[in-house]
Amino acid sequence: MNAGSPPALELVEVHKRFGATPIVRGVSLAVAPGERHALIGPNGAGKSTLFNVISGRFAPTQGSIRLHGREIAGARAYEINRLGLSRSFQVTNIFPRLSVFENVRCSVLWSLGHRYDWRHPVDRLPDVRERTERTLEQIRMTSRRDAPAGVLTYAEQRALEIGITIASGADVILLDEPTAGMSRSEADNAVELVRTVSQDRTLLIVEHDMSVVFGLADRISVLVYGRIVATDTPQRIRANADVQTAYLGVTAHA
Amino acid sequence: MTDAGVAAPSLGGRTTHAHGARDRRVWLAVAVLVVVLPHAPGLTTDFGRSLLTQMGIAIVFALSYNVLFGETGLLSFGHAVYFGLGGYAAIHCMRAINHGLPLPMPFVPLAGAAGGLVCGLAFGALTTRRAGTIFALISLGVGELVYAATFLLPGLFGGEEGITASRTRALALPGLDLGSQLQVYYVVAAWALVSAAAMRAFTRTPVGRLCNAVRDNPERVQFVGYDPQRIRFIAFAVAGLFAGVAGGLHALNYEIVAADAVGAQRSGSVLVMAYMGGTGSFAGPVVGAIVLTWLETSLSAYTSAWLLYVGLIFIAIILFAPAGLWGIVAMHAPILHTRALRRVLARYAVALLPGAIMVAGAAALIEMSYRLSTQRELGSVVKLGPLALDASTPVPWIAGAAMLVGGLVLLRISARFVAVAWQAATLEARGGGAP
Repeated sequence: MNAGSPPALELVEVHKRFGATPIVRGVSLAVAPGERHALIGPNGAGKSTLFNVISGRFAPTQGSIRLHGREIAGARAYEINRLGLSRSFQVTNIFPRLSVFENVRCSVLWSLGHRYDWRHPVDRLPDVRERTERTLEQIRMTSRRDAPAGVLTYAEQRALEIGITIASGADVILLDEPTAGMSRSEADNAVELVRTVSQDRTLLIVEHDMSVVFGLADRISVLVYGRIVATDTPQRIRANADVQTAYLGVTAHA
Repeated sequence: MTDAGVAAPSLGGRTTHAHGARDRRVWLAVAVLVVVLPHAPGLTTDFGRSLLTQMGIAIVFALSYNVLFGETGLLSFGHAVYFGLGGYAAIHCMRAINHGLPLPMPFVPLAGAAGGLVCGLAFGALTTRRAGTIFALISLGVGELVYAATFLLPGLFGGEEGITASRTRALALPGLDLGSQLQVYYVVAAWALVSAAAMRAFTRTPVGRLCNAVRDNPERVQFVGYDPQRIRFIAFAVAGLFAGVAGGLHALNYEIVAADAVGAQRSGSVLVMAYMGGTGSFAGPVVGAIVLTWLETSLSAYTSAWLLYVGLIFIAIILFAPAGLWGIVAMHAPILHTRALRRVLARYAVALLPGAIMVAGAAALIEMSYRLSTQRELGSVVKLGPLALDASTPVPWIAGAAMLVGGLVLLRISARFVAVAWQAATLEARGGGAP
């Protein structure tokens, strides 16, 4: 059945250079619809750059990126978002003076077709309110809905970051280190959240915490110095000798 | 109470409905005030009504500026361009009416709106490609360019003398011939109310909300499906349109539009209005427009150094109350129902005295310096209220300096007492919030 349908996200020989410095050096990757795919690798391997290239923050220097078979390489970030790919950021990237509710609502508007609507009061759009409230429940922020996002705790801001990312209903989501900087219990909550919100969606996640990665991902790709050195199931990645020497090292034996 | 009770099941519903009901009451109160004001004691003269008219025009202009600055985060140094070009469109429309165009005079601001909108679209397409510093600098450049153009195209702009027209030579609506300042006031007030309501409504639409998002974080906006440049462009066009309305009202009120209408000083004063009142709320620019217009007309009657005072007030607000005058008022909302509020107010009253001493000292020094440096021919005796200060003798200088310094020291001490009372009130508001 699935043989005919293209991957949700497919990268073919993607390169990204900044000036003369190659950061991403020929990445090919296919993520199937509904798959949870983790991207791991040492600092400076190019994970965040790869995310930026996929999501349209930068255009790739060369190569092809396809979303459900449709070429998106070099498209603008907002065009890619409208096609159903949404991303979060490693460094929290929210609207600090807007309320939690409004932060999420900003992400809901376009996908529900309200676009550049300058005639209807946004409070009178029931579909917008309903989707926003549902997203707030999902990220368990309903009680904080009227707080300005800038005054939230770090963990709350991270949850809001995920809320903004999923609220549009995008079916491919990219999460950049959603548990970075969190305490153990906060991270556990965040992982539960990621698990819930990625149901029925395709997930590509960058994560440093190996226990998170091995517990969550269907498949893992290891990015080292701008290239993917292995893509496989968590068990086989754990057993892969190349990966151990290149990256996991101590962690795998611990 | 009943409002909240009825809509309790949905938090969202409650907030929206409560806001809606309160908003309607506020608008109604403002509308009543606007109707009554020109009959209030002290405002029944032509001067009073002219002042109110100028305030109405300034309010529309300041609100339009805040669509850019407060809502979208675009700092413009050339917003008078859209005011002035709207004004020119309106004055040419008035001339056409003078020559027989069958349009009632009160609709002239629509020509201003059209002029402001067209220029907003044209210049906005260029200037909103960038935000931040570059936008600010381009806006300055466009302002200078347009100002220079008014002298290069005298047929269209009339140079320094400007273009004149009559607001009364027209087919008059029954009872509305714009012959008196009171009638002009009511026409301006009606347009100001409509414009303010429209701008308020705009901020509540999806695009209006996204303007705030662009102000906060333009990069993130791209990742929720919106093009921040497009949002800035729309905000710019809306701001241009309402600046044009203000320009049209200006044309109607003064029956002349000249180069100063697009000039840098007007661009600067609208920035001061918005900032002085507070750019973080809708009421802020309204307050700023009222206060600055009042300062400009009343202070200038007392002292030729009035611009200096305005500057000092502006600097003081930037340094000590960046949320603006309305921000200071709004700050008290949380402690409004506390018992400690009385103590806060009492300590304000106490702090008022050293504040007044300081201001009086500063005013004496400024007036004497001003007299000696710019108006020597008027003699060295400066009248300040009931006092006559001789600037050629050392005593007034020493007294002035002592009042300034002493007032400042006492003010700082009393500020500490105010802070203590504030803290108590805040604690009470937090603790006593939940019954």
